[in-house]
Formats: sequence, C-alpha cells, structure tokens
Amino acid sequence: MKIKSQKDFFSGLMFMGVGVAFAVGATTYNVGSGARMGPGYFPLILGILLAILGGAIVFYSTVVESADGDKIGKWAWKPLFFILASNFAFGVLLAGLPSFGVPAMGLIVAIYALVFIASLAGDTFNAKEVFILATILAVGSYVAFVWALKLQFPVWPSFISG
Amino acid sequence: MELFDNLATGFGVAFTFQNLIYCLIGCILGTLIGVLPGIGPVATIAMLLPATYALPPVAALIMLAGIYYGAQYGGSTTAILVNLPGESSSVVTVIDGYQMARKGRAGPALAAAGLGSFFAGCVGTLILAAFAPPLTEVAFKFGPAEYFSLMVLGLIGAVVLASGSLLKAVAMIVLGLLMGLVGTDVNSGVARYSFDIPELTDGINFVVIAMGVFGYGEIIANLSKPEEDREVFTAKVQGLFPTKEDFKRMIPAVLRGTALGSALGILPGGGALLAAFAAYTIEKKTKLQPGEVPFGKGNIRGVAAPESANNAGAQTSFIPLLTLGIPPNAVMALMVGAMTIHNIQPGPQVMTSNPELFWGLIASMWLGNAMLIILNLPLIGMWIKLLTVPYRWLFPSIVLFCAVGVYGTNNNTFDVWLVGIFGFIGYVFHKLGTEPAPLLLGFILGPMMEENLRRALLLSRGDWSVFVTRPISAGLLAAAVLLLIIVLLPAVKNKREEAFVED
Repeated sequence: MKIKSQKDFFSGLMFMGVGVAFAVGATTYNVGSGARMGPGYFPLILGILLAILGGAIVFYSTVVESADGDKIGKWAWKPLFFILASNFAFGVLLAGLPSFGVPAMGLIVAIYALVFIASLAGDTFNAKEVFILATILAVGSYVAFVWALKLQFPVWPSFISG
Repeated sequence: MELFDNLATGFGVAFTFQNLIYCLIGCILGTLIGVLPGIGPVATIAMLLPATYALPPVAALIMLAGIYYGAQYGGSTTAILVNLPGESSSVVTVIDGYQMARKGRAGPALAAAGLGSFFAGCVGTLILAAFAPPLTEVAFKFGPAEYFSLMVLGLIGAVVLASGSLLKAVAMIVLGLLMGLVGTDVNSGVARYSFDIPELTDGINFVVIAMGVFGYGEIIANLSKPEEDREVFTAKVQGLFPTKEDFKRMIPAVLRGTALGSALGILPGGGALLAAFAAYTIEKKTKLQPGEVPFGKGNIRGVAAPESANNAGAQTSFIPLLTLGIPPNAVMALMVGAMTIHNIQPGPQVMTSNPELFWGLIASMWLGNAMLIILNLPLIGMWIKLLTVPYRWLFPSIVLFCAVGVYGTNNNTFDVWLVGIFGFIGYVFHKLGTEPAPLLLGFILGPMMEENLRRALLLSRGDWSVFVTRPISAGLLAAAVLLLIIVLLPAVKNKREEAFVED
C-alpha cells in the first residue's frame, strides 16, 4: 500500500478517529429506537457515517493518483504557537484564573500582551512599532467596546479598580 | 399590489434615521474589513457580529446585512487590485479584473464590478420580495419529514456546488452536525459530549467556531507562507468611469450574470460560486466583438458578469433562509446565529409574526446596495490605501478583534480557551486540505436536523420509509441524489475539477 495523497490519507484518518469517538460516546447515552429516539441515536448514526466516510477517503488516497503526492508540508509551529499563546494570555489576563489565584488584569493590560505576543508570530518584530500599534488598539477598543457598545469588560487590574 | 404594500412597509422601517445610520455603519465596517486581503465575508461577519449585540433586533440585522454586502464588495476590490480573491466566489473576477488593473484600467474594472453588483442587487431584492410570500405558504405545509429531506438536499447542494473534494466536504458536514449536538439534548436533558464542563452543556458557541477556524486558522496559515511581493496598483487608479464602449459591452454581460445568479442563488446550497463560474463561462463562450480584448487579458465583461452573478446570488440566497429557516451557505449560517442571539427563530413564521423585521430587512438590502455604490466609488482611493497596510499590523489586530468578540459574546473566559483550540483545529483543517465552510453549515443545522428526524420518526412510529412515501420529501431526496449523481458523472466530474483548480 502506498499513500498517494498525504492530505487525504491523514484527513481520512482524522475523520475515522473522530467518528469512532463520537459513536462510542453515543453508546454511553440511551440510544433508544427509531420511534423513540434517545439522546444517543442521532450521534451514533452520524459517528458511524463519519467513520465510513473517513475510511473511504483513506481508501481513495491510496488508490487515486495525485500529481505531487499532495504532501502536507511543514507545520508552521512559530505562528501557531504565538497566535494561540497570545489568545490564551489575553484570556488569563483579562479575567484572571480564580481557581489558580491569578488576579484579573483587565482589558488594557490584556490587549498589550496579546498584541506583543501575536506580533512575535510574524517575520519581523519591531518593539517600538508594536508598542504604538498596541496603544492604538487599546484606545480604540476602549472607545468602541467599553464606551460606545457598553460591553461588560473588566477594564483595569482588579487590585486597582477593587 | 401586495408586493408594493409590503415593500412600502419595509422602506418605512428601513428609512428611519437610526436604521439608515446602522446600515451605513455596517456597509463601511464591512468594506473596511472585507477589503483586507485574506479575509472573506464569513470571517468579516463573525468578527463584527459582537458589535451588533447591543442593538435592537431589526437594527442589528440591517447592520449585519450591510456588513455582508460591504464585505462582498470589499472582497472584489481586493481581487481586482491585488490579485487575491478574498472569497471563493471572486476567484473568476481576479482573472480579467487584475489584468485590467495591470493595464491601468483598475477604475473601470472597479466601477463595472460596483455598477453590475448594484443592478444585480436591485433585481435580487425584487425577486426576494416577490418570491418570499408564496414560498412561505409552501413552507407551512412542510412537516418534519419534509424539513429533514430539505436539509439533506441543502447540505448536499452546498458541497456539490461549492467545494473541491466531495467526500471530504461531506465528511466535514457530518463533523459539523456532530459538533452541533454537543450540549444538552432538548428532549432528554442529557448533557452530551460535555465532559462535565458546565460551559459545554449549553453547546459550543458558533461564534467561537467561526472565529477560531476562519479567523485564527487563516491567520496562522497566512503567516506560514513566505511574504511574497504583492503588486498593489495604488497609484494607477485614475479615470474611474468606464467609457461608452465599456458600457456597451458590459450591459448585456450584467444582464446575463444577474439572471444566472438570481436563479442559482435560490437553490439550496447557495450557488454564488457556481453562478460566478457559470457567468464567466457563458461570457467566454460568446463571440468577441471586433476590437474587444480577449478573455484573460482584461475584458470588462469578465468582471461585470461574474460580479453581477455573485451579487444576485448573494441576494436570492436569503430566500431559503427567510422562508424556510434553512441557511444555504456559511454566511447565512452566521445570520441564523445572529438571529438566534436576538431571539428570532428564522423560518416561515418570521414574516407573519415579525413583518416589520422581515420587510425592513429586505428593504435595507436594497438600501445597502445603494449605499455601497455611493460610498465606494468616490471612496475607492481610501480603500486602496487600506490595502497598503502591512500584514504585520493587521494580524495582531484581527487576533484582538476575535478574542474581544468571543469574550464579549458571553462574558466567559471559557470561550476564549475554546476559540484557541478551534484555531488549532482550523490550522489542521488547512493543512489537511479540508474546507471549513461546510462544517459551519452542518454545525448550525445539526440540532434542527436531529429534532426534525426525531419528530418525523415519532409520527411514523419508527418507520424510515416516511421520507420516501411523502411526495414532497421524496422529491427533495430524489433531487439530492440526482445532484450527487450528476456531479459524479465522469464528464461533469472532470469539468468540475477543472473549475476548482484555480482555487
């Protein structure tokens, strides 16, 4: 067996895995019968269907020829890491993690952190430029979301605003 | 005429000062974000959705419609000037539009796209207003079995018309359906797939999926590409107006594109992409007049026809949403989500229970189109400036908007963790070459499908044959099967693959 399309092969595996997981999960709920569908009925059908589709995709990926092997290619670990890290940092700083005793630092601090960390994902990083960008975004967000749209955000660190 | 009475009601709603302003803001914001390279309408709407939470429902939907048109128009601007289609339906616009821009005729190209879209938008709005009431009548005759079959047809249609690999797209739909089931089952009260996380018992917020997969996923994918030198035609945009010659060529193309787009847009599955492709193909088949530039070298018809088709399709794709409550594409799926946030259950009852909203929305669609043409032609210089904003400033801002928007939806940090996870998943999808749009569609339809399946089988005492013995349901399913067979026919299959090579 030779993999002729790497993308298809692995996406098929992914669909199979997820489908099986959902189907197995569904059996832990009451499946019921057609006339009296339990909470597990529909997800069980869909899970099995997804696993079959995944299997078919895997099968075709080993049979149908593709031009250049349809390689997945290199993973962009750097942007992946920094973009997601900036997102998580934003969440932690904005509202804190009460269960770990991390205090909320509020919107403004969170925006600076997000912009700085996210910028590291790019090819170039110029601290001064990023600082200006973060300031513009912080002021803009405050005006747009807190002042104009009146969304409920913790704006300042909790130990300042009380 | 009832049609005009209804439209009068609609314009009465839309022409209030407040709603006009929201429509205008929506158009501006939509264009602003939509013009940014690499951000399609889905990401734009997802990003701007939180801005409408605080508004009354009518105003919020009017603003969202404005955002949608703005995003579409902004997308064509980027396509023409930077050779980067922001969404799949402007893929064909790029071919001739960019060539026109290279020859210094970006102005006429943009004007052709704008005027063509405006005309198509007007026609689409009229069709929507005329066809919605009778279709709503039909919708009231639908039982659960019909709804279930209609959704099957809609989902099949969506992938058949608008995606690359058929099998993978179907798998993505099923995955979306499954994700839609996460949360408390309305019938039994059992929390499914929630892993004892209280936030998950309410289900996954669709904004989280949209922003994670379309926002973060796309950014990561964009950043992983080497920074290529993009040619942007900023200096050369002069002489905005098309010449008389241009008009003579463009008008029949606009008419053909509009007709095609209106017809294909109504189909479940929303054929905006197919409409654009078909319109371009038809133009290419017609004979070149003497002295006309060949296609692919900057023919104005190659811009006007697909853009009109695209816009007409965008308009008429509201028909299945507003009359049946079934979103035909990912953008409409987002609109369903937006309506639900404002406590409106989309479907045939909207027109009777909420006529101001229904007709106001339709009227504001026309208004949105009109505003766009007023707004965009003179302001084109400003939008072009936006194209020169470097990506290194752009992507942190987009990440920020997504994060703020997600948190602002429920004031819940759990959603922020979840959007990060979906960002990762979105990047995996990108790497594996699976398209995320069908997933979003499935996600929205999941709970609806389960409910209708449950009711249909309850009424038939568990007999699955109910789907083929009821005539309307059988017809819908037959149409779905027919669609699949047509696509799998070798001749069509090859043509279709050819058409998607350009993505």
